[in-house]
Amino acid sequence: MRETLVIDQEGVDALIHTLTDRGYEVVGPTVRGQTILYDTITSTDDLPVGITDRQEAGTYRLETRDDGALFGYVVGPQSFRRYLTPPGNVFWKGVLTDDGFETVELPEPPRLAFFGARPCEVAAMQVQDEVYSAVGDPVYLGRRGRSFTVAVNCSEPAPTCFCDSLGTGPGVSNGYDIAMTEVVDGESHYFIAEAGTDEGSEVLALLPSRDPLDEELVHARRMVVRAAERMGRHLDTDGLKEVLYGNIENPYWDEIAKRCLSCTNCTLVCPTCFCSTVEDHLSLDGSEAERARPWDSCFTLDFSYVNGGPVRPSPGPRYRQWLTHKLASWQDQFGSIGCVGCGRCITWCPVGIDITKEAAAIRERDVRRVVVGASSAKEGTE
Amino acid sequence: MALPKLAVHKFASCDGCQLSLLDLEEELLAVAGVVQIANFMEASREVLPPPYDVTLVEGSVTTPHDRRRIMQIRDETTVLITIGACATAGGIQALRNWRDVDDFNNYVYAHPEFIDALQESTPISDYVKVDFELRGCPISKYQLLEVLVAFLQGRRPNIPTYSVCVECKTKGNPCVMVSHGTPCLGPITQAGCGALCPSYDRGCYGCFGPMESANAASLAGHFEWMGLSNREIVNSLRGFNAWAEAFRKESDRREALIEIGGAR
Repeated sequence: MRETLVIDQEGVDALIHTLTDRGYEVVGPTVRGQTILYDTITSTDDLPVGITDRQEAGTYRLETRDDGALFGYVVGPQSFRRYLTPPGNVFWKGVLTDDGFETVELPEPPRLAFFGARPCEVAAMQVQDEVYSAVGDPVYLGRRGRSFTVAVNCSEPAPTCFCDSLGTGPGVSNGYDIAMTEVVDGESHYFIAEAGTDEGSEVLALLPSRDPLDEELVHARRMVVRAAERMGRHLDTDGLKEVLYGNIENPYWDEIAKRCLSCTNCTLVCPTCFCSTVEDHLSLDGSEAERARPWDSCFTLDFSYVNGGPVRPSPGPRYRQWLTHKLASWQDQFGSIGCVGCGRCITWCPVGIDITKEAAAIRERDVRRVVVGASSAKEGTE
Repeated sequence: MALPKLAVHKFASCDGCQLSLLDLEEELLAVAGVVQIANFMEASREVLPPPYDVTLVEGSVTTPHDRRRIMQIRDETTVLITIGACATAGGIQALRNWRDVDDFNNYVYAHPEFIDALQESTPISDYVKVDFELRGCPISKYQLLEVLVAFLQGRRPNIPTYSVCVECKTKGNPCVMVSHGTPCLGPITQAGCGALCPSYDRGCYGCFGPMESANAASLAGHFEWMGLSNREIVNSLRGFNAWAEAFRKESDRREALIEIGGAR
């Protein structure tokens, strides 16, 4: 087992500086406008110190807190996916020559340190590792392979959180270089830090630290356990795949469609969604060309467009496709559920459609049971 | 080989969209090198005779004269592209479609008998076949360039029809509705502006018209939940693209509710 140490805010600062000195671009949470986004950070001053977020379906508000916590909030609308597969990433470039064309070499991908990654964020990257490894994607793997992860365990879940239902949090179990738990307890404010890799140990050894007291370890662990008991939402995953596969024709999908805007927000804030499209850009005189990969979403019409029209022309089937892929067919495709319980799709849906509620609603209106049982089929359509 | 001939025509509009072509500045010389500007009154008094290969049409049809003219323009060109909210949806002047145009004429003009206007301001596509509609009030000059280049290169233009939300998320803008409760038409509006207003923390005004599958009823319902009155909802939907079907239907439905329910 690797060692566990205690660092203070100065130690966290030293961690950011050490990573920067080692050539990493440290990307972490920071306040932008009225939201916590990810951006390059250079010290703890850039973190949302003493800030918390209040989240519910379709609403997000920042508020101040008086304990000076560095990580007193959960997740904002962005995930590290933004850095691993940047939207619109140019992955090929060429110029016309006298006897054909020449490929232009692209700049090296940055070395990224993902700072303050919540357990659900770490889990989301692991889900995406499966997706992109399966196809050997050079853009994702090129960035992910040289990245460093500083995870932060959760002690205060939001009302939109349900990682506990999926086993992806509130404590991180693997997939990190360094994991921390922040403890603000009256006058004392410290971080229990643990290395998960050799490089993590090496970095941790460079920071001002001390050994933890037993009660500090117990306290930190208890905070995470208590967080699991305070999840705002719950997703019943028991037999969920079979429920969803058995309800492809459930009329309730069209009920959701009455509210769904097909705006794509749920898919673009989801940390595991990976769909992209390919665009070619050609200069006016045709001498330069580039191929780029903008983010795409299963909620757009173009996404399922084949000769003759889109396969899913109405919003009901599009929402069904998204939820069923995420929670059911993802399991057959990649061996895990595609949801990590971060709650972003709930908070950032402009009209507050809630994946946990809709999955439960389909289960309640299970058409297989309605057919077998005595209750009328009409009940399921209301 | 002769360069393709480009024509630009104006109907009821403010000229802003066709000026986007001149606004290209850096790219303008390159454009002039690949097309022959054959009929563009804003740029040159020299007019080459038809036929034209590609014609850009700005503005809406508002008079019987417009109606005749657009037929002729259609006959004289191979490809017809309409540009801007006026040409694609009837424009801000389509607000008159909810009123009696004779009342306006009598009120505004000393000699209303000289005015020969249609009751409605309508898009070009109501009268002739349109090969491509480029949205916006005004259009994006980059999208205009993309459409022209795609036409010249014989490929489909990259002009997405999804919502403004995609542009916000791509740019990294936090949602103005979710993060500070500002009403925003972005979820039902077609992308193309680069999410201009939300990038400055304001709600979208719907300049690019309804997106491909605009669920205006759901968004309006959410506006109501946020505290907007039906009058405010009607006003938000009746802007530059008021006459576009998805916006029009919901604004009509909400207006009917005001009439039933009284002042609110």
